[in-house]
Amino acid sequence: MEKLVRVEGVAAPLYRPNIDTDLIVPSREITSPGREGYAEKLFAPWRYLGPDRRENPDFVLNRAPFRAAPILIAGENFGCGSSREMAVWALRQFGIRAIVAPSFGEIFRANCLRNGILPAALPAATVAGLAERAQSGSLVLAVDLERREVREAGGPAHPFAVGEREREMMLEGLDDIALTLRRKGDIEAFQARDREARPWIWAGAPD
Amino acid sequence: MAPRTIVEKIWDLHEIADLGGGQSLLHVDRILLHERMGPALLAGLAQAGRGPANPALVYGVVDHAVETLPGRLERSRGAGANAFVASMRERTAAAGIRLFDLDDPRQGIVHVVSPEQGIALPGCTLVCPDSHTGTVGGIGALAWGIGSTEGEHAVATQTLVRARPRRMRVDFDGRLAPGVGAKDMALALIGRFGAAGGDACAIEFAGEAVRALAVEGRLTLCNMAVEFGAWTGIVAPDDATIDWIAGRPFAPEGAMLDRAAAHWLGLASDDDARWDARRALDCSALAPQVTWGTSPQHAIAIDGAVPDPARATGAAREALERALAYMDLSPGAPILGTRVDAAFIGSCTNSRLPDLRAAAAILRGRKVAPGVKAIAVPGSAQVKRDAEAEGLDRVFREAGFEWRESGCSLCFFAGIDSFGGARRVITSTNRNFEGRQGPGVRSHLASPATVAASAVAGCIADPRALAAG
Ligand code: SF4
Repeated sequence: MEKLVRVEGVAAPLYRPNIDTDLIVPSREITSPGREGYAEKLFAPWRYLGPDRRENPDFVLNRAPFRAAPILIAGENFGCGSSREMAVWALRQFGIRAIVAPSFGEIFRANCLRNGILPAALPAATVAGLAERAQSGSLVLAVDLERREVREAGGPAHPFAVGEREREMMLEGLDDIALTLRRKGDIEAFQARDREARPWIWAGAPD
Repeated sequence: MAPRTIVEKIWDLHEIADLGGGQSLLHVDRILLHERMGPALLAGLAQAGRGPANPALVYGVVDHAVETLPGRLERSRGAGANAFVASMRERTAAAGIRLFDLDDPRQGIVHVVSPEQGIALPGCTLVCPDSHTGTVGGIGALAWGIGSTEGEHAVATQTLVRARPRRMRVDFDGRLAPGVGAKDMALALIGRFGAAGGDACAIEFAGEAVRALAVEGRLTLCNMAVEFGAWTGIVAPDDATIDWIAGRPFAPEGAMLDRAAAHWLGLASDDDARWDARRALDCSALAPQVTWGTSPQHAIAIDGAVPDPARATGAAREALERALAYMDLSPGAPILGTRVDAAFIGSCTNSRLPDLRAAAAILRGRKVAPGVKAIAVPGSAQVKRDAEAEGLDRVFREAGFEWRESGCSLCFFAGIDSFGGARRVITSTNRNFEGRQGPGVRSHLASPATVAASAVAGCIADPRALAAG
């Protein structure tokens, strides 16, 4: 897991409900089985115009200072739809490290945590206010995983919830597979019991 | 023991360790991989010097980016698609994972194949790097979609770490009228409570209308749970489930099946089990449903009207206006009679045998309207063979439908299959997002019967009118 403690910077508003992962990275942009090269594909349907892919000057992430914004402010149910992790790779490779929204697609949220992006869910009214203030490009936020809060520069702090284990893994940058493999004994004991209790699950699986 | 829901019972049976903070280390009984996400997942593992903990519990398919035109084995597919399929072959072979390849009689859409082959079983935990994995909740499995990095954890350890989900129960009360089915139930639910109405819960679908559904209908219902914002959906296994599973290739047989069945029937939620939330929907007056907009929550009764954004305010109004503009519809217009350029029957939502039968019942002796491109894609090679054995392929072909090889096909646009120049599509799939079925394509979600009726009429049509005629 990529380590993340605190992200500070300009917040870019993309405040629409139900932005799905097909919009974040459309299927037709996924042309190779690798994990690289997704920064240019981020929000392709909105970011580019015409077949020659000219930049759409009206799209928020094509405008200064949002081009370099590490924080995105989004509407409810952000990242719903397809489980494609490419959506998160694209955001990360573009430079986004934190997303503030009223709610997230469930798989997308889990994918964010595993790729160095902190999804912070705040009450809808709070996010609406932040999105409004972010329009001018002068809203600087600190999304702080250690303190579990989103703080406006010179302004109030808004607390968010995050699972304790997920928080620790991200703060420390731990390898979750290695952590689980430490419990190999427990896993094998479970499986030995389970072969007795539910043999139909194991039929055909070699010992 | 305290009363428990089906989800808690399955959870407890799979908990290897309580990690504190509500998190469990859970055993994962089945892992399904497809060529779109599988290669990156297996590559990630290999790079870290790891391999599958138990390759016999992992199954691979090719479905997402494969061509579906007849004769696909002899022709080369799109260059991009070839790379995914080739990489899937290499990676699964290297990891010792069985693959249902293009020429395998078991090939098909992952969520159609796993219950059909008896790989998914009631009470098992099953994951796949795909958001519609919850489909197999229809047979009583606890199944959910994951990302590919989480998939690496699953393959390397045969476990996942997860917080216990909140539990919702949705009761579909009453009896469905003829011509109305599981897809209409799902769309009505999402239309009523919204695309985030499932609140990341594990949802048990219950009630008279669910019990009356064939297993395939329960798979359709659970398929749409993710469009409802649920973590997953499940229907408690009953006698119908057990009959459906008996005889499937990877399913237990004989005395082992009897023993398993007794276990499965015991998974039903206890009468006094506790839920974090409950919803109910009366099905007795339910009409066929269709979506007008760009979210599954934009579902209305087929005799209903497109909403008028003027009646909403703020962000909701903007969202409605944007959807109407994309869909090129007028506020307040009836949805019936909206002209369509194409009709699609397929996808993990509605491509199983009863879906094809329902569509064929409408198409028999009728013709697709001139100018409408109509495509039928069975969900698996097995479904295709079964349908052909009943002569359904002839019904589709004679009506003017293309009859294709199985795969995800035009459920999403990967640049391989296409509707040609068609802009407005009536479709039996699960997502009507902007561009989902192709750049600029406008998708109207509906049941297979409604898709068939609309293909014949050349415009969005009520299947009940044709069924009666
Ligand atoms: S049929 Fe469609 S929704 Fe189902 S797995 Fe394939 S692409 Fe996804």
